[in-house]
Amino acid sequence: MELHQLTIHELHDKLADREISAEELASSFFSRINALEPKLRAFLTITEEKALKQAREVDKAGKYEGLTGIPFGLKDIFCTRGVRTTCASKILENFVPTYDSTAGRRLEEQGGILLGKLNMDEFAMGSSTEQSAFQSTCNPWDLERVPGGSSGGSAAAVAAGEVPFALGTDTGGSIRQPASYCGVVGLKPTYGRVSRWGVIAFASSLDQVGVFSRDIRDCALVLNIIAGKDPLDSTSVNLEVPDYTSFLDGEVRGMKIAYPREYFQQGVDEQIKTTVMQALRKFEAMGAIIDEVSLPHSEYALPAYYLVAPAEASANLARFDGVRYGLRDFEAQNVVDMYSQSRSQGFGNEVKRRIMLGTYALSSGYYDAYYLKALKVRRLIANDFDKVFADFDLIVSPTAPTPAFKLGEQTGDPLTLYMNDILTVPVNMAGLPGMSLPCGLVNGLPVGMQLIGKAFDEGTLFKAAYAFEQNTDYHKMRPVLGVK
Amino acid sequence: MGKEFEIVIGLEVHAELKTATKAFCSCSTAFGAEPNTQVCPVCSGFPGMLPVLNKKMVELAIRTGIALNSEIPEICKFDRKNYFYPDLPKAYQISQFDLPVCKGGYLDIEVDGQTKRIGITRAHMEEDAGKLVHQGDITTTPFSLVDLNRSGVPLLEIVSEPDMRSAQEARAYMEKLRSILLFAGVSDCKMQEGSLRCDANVSVRPVGQMEFGTRTETKNLNSFRSLEKSIEYEARRQMEAIEDGEEIVQETRTWDEEKQVTRSMRSKEEAHDYRYFPEPDLPPLKISREWVNTIAAQMPELPEQARRRLVEEYGLPEYDAAIITLNPDYLNFFDQCISSYKDAKLVSNWMMSELNRLLNQNNMEIGECRFKPADLVKILQLIDDGSISGKMAKTVFEEMFNSGQAPELIIKEKGMAQISDESTLINLIDGIIQDNPKVLEDYKNGKEKAFGFFVGQIMKASKGQANPGVVNKLLKERLSSSEM
Repeated sequence: MELHQLTIHELHDKLADREISAEELASSFFSRINALEPKLRAFLTITEEKALKQAREVDKAGKYEGLTGIPFGLKDIFCTRGVRTTCASKILENFVPTYDSTAGRRLEEQGGILLGKLNMDEFAMGSSTEQSAFQSTCNPWDLERVPGGSSGGSAAAVAAGEVPFALGTDTGGSIRQPASYCGVVGLKPTYGRVSRWGVIAFASSLDQVGVFSRDIRDCALVLNIIAGKDPLDSTSVNLEVPDYTSFLDGEVRGMKIAYPREYFQQGVDEQIKTTVMQALRKFEAMGAIIDEVSLPHSEYALPAYYLVAPAEASANLARFDGVRYGLRDFEAQNVVDMYSQSRSQGFGNEVKRRIMLGTYALSSGYYDAYYLKALKVRRLIANDFDKVFADFDLIVSPTAPTPAFKLGEQTGDPLTLYMNDILTVPVNMAGLPGMSLPCGLVNGLPVGMQLIGKAFDEGTLFKAAYAFEQNTDYHKMRPVLGVK
Repeated sequence: MGKEFEIVIGLEVHAELKTATKAFCSCSTAFGAEPNTQVCPVCSGFPGMLPVLNKKMVELAIRTGIALNSEIPEICKFDRKNYFYPDLPKAYQISQFDLPVCKGGYLDIEVDGQTKRIGITRAHMEEDAGKLVHQGDITTTPFSLVDLNRSGVPLLEIVSEPDMRSAQEARAYMEKLRSILLFAGVSDCKMQEGSLRCDANVSVRPVGQMEFGTRTETKNLNSFRSLEKSIEYEARRQMEAIEDGEEIVQETRTWDEEKQVTRSMRSKEEAHDYRYFPEPDLPPLKISREWVNTIAAQMPELPEQARRRLVEEYGLPEYDAAIITLNPDYLNFFDQCISSYKDAKLVSNWMMSELNRLLNQNNMEIGECRFKPADLVKILQLIDDGSISGKMAKTVFEEMFNSGQAPELIIKEKGMAQISDESTLINLIDGIIQDNPKVLEDYKNGKEKAFGFFVGQIMKASKGQANPGVVNKLLKERLSSSEM
């Protein structure tokens, strides 16, 4: 098999057996990237020189443990010391941080080799990566289609074999939905499981760092490294991190799996419903107990999300004011003009729309009716999940209502676009762990099923997902890109 | 004026909490450093940075609450206060909105011999902003520079009830609050360095009216004097406006120190909508009762306790005790003096007259004194044993205040020691008597004035160093002796 088709654990074996060097491995991925990028456009910045230097150092040290020498990519929302970090926004087009994100730093400390920064919707606001200020990324399965978003660059790069794994962030589905569209594994851990330090904030109470990988074992390996308390992030939780690979025993007998009826209703593609139901039958055949449940407040999740997330974003994005870094309009004659002109030129339409929504929701006289009410809805949604988890170990649903749509198809109407997140948003609102796992093809396009677990019980997600993977071949599906 | 008015005053005081590092990062809080040398990506609002709460800030806030008889709730939380200004790097200030660290409380003030209790509404923690440096005036400056050294410095905002009825009461409140903060060791309270700041809410109403009049808020009060003067001015302005049939506009005003007037800054319509919402980067703060109890058990002596001690243990008059307990350094000086000198009232007299006069003259704090309490004690002992006169002592004290030299050294260098040696004085006395036979004759003829003349001449001849008591005694003896 080609190097670019291998998983982390397979590549590790080759490095450890001295079949290849880290430098050769990195070079081979750069060849792949250089060949694919004109079509795919997943990368915003490629760090070839730095990566090859690191790889040579790794080879010199000659010890290949864990992630040593394994290439990876980061969504361009992770700050990288000395490497441009744009958040796919003009306002940060030339921003070079002096610090690393905790998650990225942990990967590099384990010997991982960063190949570059991946495209996304500007400030993670979008579901197609078309909101990037710089470029649209294509879906490797069909270049006329979107890879999903907001972490579309990360999903596409992993699916196309440009990197063995990548990190993304998920605020309302930004890891799971593109993972579903691109046919890879995407994990959004429990809120608080992975440090947000050095990750540019969209909605702080919802944002969570997560993993894109080719298979479940890789996902567990990466989570092992990035999970855990970070003294620099007060919302990261001080709970012991289990070895997630210890859950990979292929066993689901007696596991109680719920499927919420609300997630198989309105607007969900019939073929997707069928595909996910087949996956559920598979679990049943493997010895799991499956049953239908209700999450009655699901329909309120999306409207509540579109109050909470923009409200927090309106404050988080206020720092981009042209004063200390980022784009500044030097023509401005006074401070107010400097603010409004810098921000007008620096932010794209979707970002502006959400800043306005959030500012409005927090305004005096509207706070109780909007923001406060949304927080109450959030509590109800969490309660719905708690009730189900009193009797079940896991919830399974489709990840997204449709397969990948065509580029340009949904740019006109934000409301239609927001519907892509309808099945993923409730998980963020409740702070739970969610994973998207490939479970079939619909019209030649990959479809993911979503596994939702109890808070900090990523282990059960891994256990179920691995068992499913062992009994199916969907994780071996690769898009045909016509490039060697 | 036709009607009689009552002035209603409430104060909002910002005290900088005495921590070594900032509220949410580890930058130093030291005053007076070169601009932007005490900054980091957190306190300059860089992307992806997160606040980490300084425990010391909370401890000092709790200590203040205990000193002000406040309730310390078990849960408090932080909120974002949103507004754009170039000295506010995140474009929001982390503050506390509806669940502050201290609720309720009071302190007692004394005005014209009457004790009055002033209510405290609340005290909340927040971070300071940076500062702007203009070229001359803000309205004409071609550009402004931003210094973020202060950005993120921890503050406690203490809000009083509208319980004060005169500028004098407001000043007394502020002085009392300052002394409590100083004794509690929570703030340096240096108004000129901005570590203690005050805004005054002032309204007036006809005597007998129950509801409050429309209030204005005056900012930029940098001294007790400007607090008092601005309230007097503002109350008079409001009374005159009402007399003239005008309505008072609710607005923010600023004190013009030069012209001694308040000026309108912005009206209620122009007031900011701060769009407060819970700070998602900091979980709600649980304050255990154990912690509060530990802090309470370690409380230093507060002004009220110290005052009682001075009156009851040392028999000082209330007035003296009140002055000495305005400032813990002052009290400490007193305590050190009386640990080796018994006459507390004499120490108090010296502190309140000579020491105070020189401190005021030189615009100095007692902590800046170049001599030690033991040096004052030495002077008092030298008076007691007749080595110097009271008048000399004042000269020695002033010299000691200016140079910091030991009193004995000053006395020696200036040749100021009092001459009490009898044989030396007898020689002097005999010389004067022999030189003035006519006066001696007068004395013998019963002219009392002659005695005074001799004393004067002796003092003059000794350059004032002759011990007057000893001179008196010896002169009487010599004049009545038979040889003369």
